[in-house]
Amino acid sequence: MKFNRRAFIGTATATAATLSAPMFVRADGHSKPRVVVVGGGAGGATAARYIAKDSAGAIDVTLIEPTRAYYTCFFSNLYIGGFREMNSLGHSYGTLAAEYGINVVHDWATGVDRDAKTVTTAGGYTIPYDRLILSPGIDFVDGAVPGWDVSASNAMPHAYKAGSQTELLRAQIDAMPQGGTYAMVAPPNPYRCPPGPYERVSMVAHRLSEVNPTAKILIADPKEKFSKQALFEEGWNNHYSGMIERIGPDFGGENVEVDPAAMTLSIDGEVTNVDVCNVIPAMKAGRIADIAGITEGNWAPVNAADLSSKMDENIHVLGDACAQGDMPKSGFSANSQAKVCANAVRGALTGSSVFPARFSNTCWSLIDTNDGIKVGATYEATEEKIAKVDGFVSQTGEDAAVRQATYEESIGWYDGITADMFG
Amino acid sequence: MIKTRYVLTAACIAWAGLANGEAGGDPERGAQLYRQCVGCHQVGEGAVDRVGPHLNGIFDRAAGQSEGYRYSDGMQRAAAGGLVWTYESLDAFITDPRSLVSRTRMSFRGFDDQQDRDDLLAYLRTFSADPQNIPESAPTAVAVDHSVAPEILAIVGDPAYGEYLSGECTACHQASGAANGIPSITNWPTEDFVIAMHAYKDGVREHPVMQMMAGRLSNEEIAALAAYFEGLE
Repeated sequence: MKFNRRAFIGTATATAATLSAPMFVRADGHSKPRVVVVGGGAGGATAARYIAKDSAGAIDVTLIEPTRAYYTCFFSNLYIGGFREMNSLGHSYGTLAAEYGINVVHDWATGVDRDAKTVTTAGGYTIPYDRLILSPGIDFVDGAVPGWDVSASNAMPHAYKAGSQTELLRAQIDAMPQGGTYAMVAPPNPYRCPPGPYERVSMVAHRLSEVNPTAKILIADPKEKFSKQALFEEGWNNHYSGMIERIGPDFGGENVEVDPAAMTLSIDGEVTNVDVCNVIPAMKAGRIADIAGITEGNWAPVNAADLSSKMDENIHVLGDACAQGDMPKSGFSANSQAKVCANAVRGALTGSSVFPARFSNTCWSLIDTNDGIKVGATYEATEEKIAKVDGFVSQTGEDAAVRQATYEESIGWYDGITADMFG
Repeated sequence: MIKTRYVLTAACIAWAGLANGEAGGDPERGAQLYRQCVGCHQVGEGAVDRVGPHLNGIFDRAAGQSEGYRYSDGMQRAAAGGLVWTYESLDAFITDPRSLVSRTRMSFRGFDDQQDRDDLLAYLRTFSADPQNIPESAPTAVAVDHSVAPEILAIVGDPAYGEYLSGECTACHQASGAANGIPSITNWPTEDFVIAMHAYKDGVREHPVMQMMAGRLSNEEIAALAAYFEGLE
């Protein structure tokens, strides 16, 4: 059975009764099952949209998201490189509200009462749920980079949540003196978007090579290896020869300290004056996961088959915040997990068919104009975790036509996934 | 907010650039170029609508007139606005389909080169009755590049399962049929869809993402996806 979504509003009431045939009795006597989704990014927006669309009015969906306009973290590096406008990364929740009937609440979720099954918000509301889906993204680990805390995020931006931080970082790069230094403190594993810091470096190098060709890029990196390393290093050598220096853990790249007032970066005790310092600290699940008491260490462990929390069967955790196994923390992964979760939640609440979980991910990165690369894999649910099945990665030495096609494909993907998230 | 919209500009600029035109094209070279089109459009004796409509007699035909073919809303709108396939309008269309017909399902990126367009149109013109009277040849268009066993093609897919599985497709391919760097996969004849997916699965078509995605789909799952996307509004 299929619904034309434009006709949805009119027919929802009529069809709801027939669809929800096995009527499950709600604890509080509410007539329809209620799903509350916290976080309106690639995981949360997709889950809310799929549950609303596929249940056709049989489930009440509330989406709690503090921002009115969502700026995607994916493709925000392309803004820094000058390949995208900031407003091309912005999306509103209007279609989810108007065409899918989702109750969009712009507020911060600040509490979860797992016994009463309610979410409380900063605005003072209490919202009941039958199933809660948390997709809060990431927060930063306090004290991860000595000398840096959130009060320093204007002097030393992270730009790892897109929007004003991204604009700030680009403005700082543009204001660098000729021959100045952009430094990045790269994060330890696991973190959001494994190729992200290195695509960032590529885009900064692209920008600098246009406006400030004698500038330098310095990366302090606690990791021995990183995603698509051979491809990035080949590209940096081809396009930005001599501009980029990366200091890995063998030379103290994990032993850093910053001084935002003096604008210095210390790597293994050696202090360097820098003009821009992009500090990307270690990450953890968005705070609401911790508040809900479903984290273990920095992340929320989940069951692979339906992304349900290992600590509460009525809560599901999607995307960057969950510890699920082999999938990278990416928008694509969160979107993939959301669809599996939506199918399972709908089945649990209305008795609709539940199909076996299947997951996939692809991450595109841009190195320079028309020089795109990608890595991807498919995954399945096992008892233990989400486990990798098969994968591929772009090859070094590919010809320019392949790289251009890869970049053009990534633009198509951006339009595809944002349509899949926001309708 | 801020969604990409295709710009609905008339193709005046393209028309102004119309070159030597009608007599100048080389139909033999056009036949070679047409290989880029055959995945979707058949032409010649026995040609029928596939992913796109057949192109027999396209010259001087009003747009959106192949009976039984389900046109995009964009093409229907253009047809209602009186679009007729003349040399000039076809030239503009194959330069950049969406600048002439916004939201057409034709996701082809276009021919930049005037000579390419002249040659292709010279070739297509041989399949229009007037003014040239050239006998039609056998169909050049084979929408398929791979052979799939009849028992696989005969599988009737479950669109409900296909709808669930389609979540893996719609992370990239848009359910609306819009295409920009990633092709549309809606409204394909189920057979073409099945053959294309098996071509990736069997490694005949080269694309690492699609080979990976198709590689783990069973015959039944491919049939289910074909059934779902074929009927997607």
